Amino acid sequence: MSRRFDLKFYASEGLHSIFTHGFMSFAAVCMIVACLLIMGSFTLVAVNMDHMLGQLEDENEFLAYVDETLPEEDVLALEGKLAALPNVSQVTFTTKEEARENYIESYELDEDFEVFESLPDEVFRDRYAIHVADIEQMGETVELVKQVPGVADTSAMLEVAEGFVVVRNVAGGVAMILVAILLLISLFIIANTIKLATFSRREEIAIMKMVGATNAFIRWPFVFEGLILGVAGAVVGFFLQWGIYQMITAAITRAEGTGLIRLISFGDMALPVIGIFLLTGFIIGVGGSLVAIRKFLQV
Amino acid sequence: MIRFVDVRKEYDNGTKALRGISFQIDDGDFAFLVGPSGSGKSTIIKLITGEVAPSDGRVMVNGYNLTNIAPRQVPYMRRTLGVIFQDFRLIQKKTVYENLTFAMRAVGSSGREVRRRVPYVLDLVGLSQKGDRYPDELSGGEQQRVAIARALVNNPSMIIADEPTGNLDPQRSLEIMTLLERINELGTTVLVVTHEKELVNRFSKRVITIRDGRLISDETGGYYSNEQKI
Ligand SMILES: Nc1ncnc2c1ncn2[C@@H]1O[C@H](COP(=O)(O)OP(=O)(O)OP(=O)(O)O)[C@@H](O)[C@H]1O
Ligand SMILES: [Mg+2]
Repeated sequence: MSRRFDLKFYASEGLHSIFTHGFMSFAAVCMIVACLLIMGSFTLVAVNMDHMLGQLEDENEFLAYVDETLPEEDVLALEGKLAALPNVSQVTFTTKEEARENYIESYELDEDFEVFESLPDEVFRDRYAIHVADIEQMGETVELVKQVPGVADTSAMLEVAEGFVVVRNVAGGVAMILVAILLLISLFIIANTIKLATFSRREEIAIMKMVGATNAFIRWPFVFEGLILGVAGAVVGFFLQWGIYQMITAAITRAEGTGLIRLISFGDMALPVIGIFLLTGFIIGVGGSLVAIRKFLQV
Repeated sequence: MIRFVDVRKEYDNGTKALRGISFQIDDGDFAFLVGPSGSGKSTIIKLITGEVAPSDGRVMVNGYNLTNIAPRQVPYMRRTLGVIFQDFRLIQKKTVYENLTFAMRAVGSSGREVRRRVPYVLDLVGLSQKGDRYPDELSGGEQQRVAIARALVNNPSMIIADEPTGNLDPQRSLEIMTLLERINELGTTVLVVTHEKELVNRFSKRVITIRDGRLISDETGGYYSNEQKI
């Protein structure tokens, strides 16, 4: 009358059941995969937006491009005028040649001339990098800088940042709602798969009860079945997510061409993604089976 | 040991299946339980296995008081019983050997215990050569012997059989009954529900007769004589 945890028995009974209900198991795994992919895709968009936003916010600075027609001594004199403005904490001058070199270095581009032809002119204008003391008032400071004679333009980081914030918030919100709905649907499908399994195995369950199997023992194979389905969905979902992400990043990079939008590489996120997918698959799988067999929990 | 003390059973729909039954079956006994259809025989079996609860009275099975048993304890009580039915209740997708293994695994036996025990019980019921067969490749009598092997495989102290020969011809029925008698001689208590007067009369055993939920005779001597009075 041992009460060992008979892993081999549970796992083999669970696996057996999965193949007996091939179609439902397949449907359950597909549903989990779909759920994870939608959840994953929106989350990855949000994460990327956050990342870009973070890069922008890191630099509480913007650029003031110098009018090309300005004589050189006036260009240098601008530094004092700019530094005198309120909320400006630091002013750094960079020539267009330096700017270009920095750019090449930071983006690790080879000196392929064609790439730079596609870049806007102003990227390689002489410019002042202006640090602000208070990032909240950056908008007003930018307006003041624009008034200064000799300043041709300022970088439009603010608009870009705003765009990112909107996309991130929308993607984050949509992801949350979708995740909640899809988790429920997946749970429901798993629960029904397991219910089907308990139904088709009611004879075996009756025999197990007759010979004196405990309810815990009867429950375990079904928990394993749910677990295997959940984890299988997570693994399949992970690889599909990987493929989809690679395709999308490749498409964005191609379309945008300048390398200005820098997406996080999948490799950097693979660990958290597989972790979250596995955890979600585990919760859906085990949760679904517990829902399906809760009547065993009572007796 | 089984003890019924003034047991009554009224089903939810109001049917009074048992109207005050008392009897005792001691360890090592062999008893037939007979009576007309609807008299309450299967209800007695279900009370013993804990499938239904008594409405009144006391049911004791192998030291468990089923009147107030905790649900957690029911599986352990059932391990002291081996149950056999008219319809065999074998798993069709599993071989004879796998059916027995399944019953042992279900109560947590190890692979080693299974490999030791299964050949022994298969030999006891005379099916050593047929372990690899599926139930539908066996005759009814053979299937019932598999069911008996399964009932024995977890080494219960008592075998409970509800019309084990109901689906079998007289020759097979006699073989099954003889097998149960031999199992009893090896020390297992046996309670057999049956309709078959001829069969009961071939064995000189205790016969408990019920009718309309009441016990009308409990005599040893292998007869079904009360039938005339019924
Ligand atoms: N689950 C149930 N719900 C309601 N009534 C039931 C139930 N099971 C049995 N009965 C009734 O209880 C009475 C006794 O039934 P039981 O099955 O114990 O008879 P039996 O002696 O085994 O008959 P048979 O020889 O035909 O198998 C019958 O009147 C039957 O209709
Ligand atoms: Mg009956």
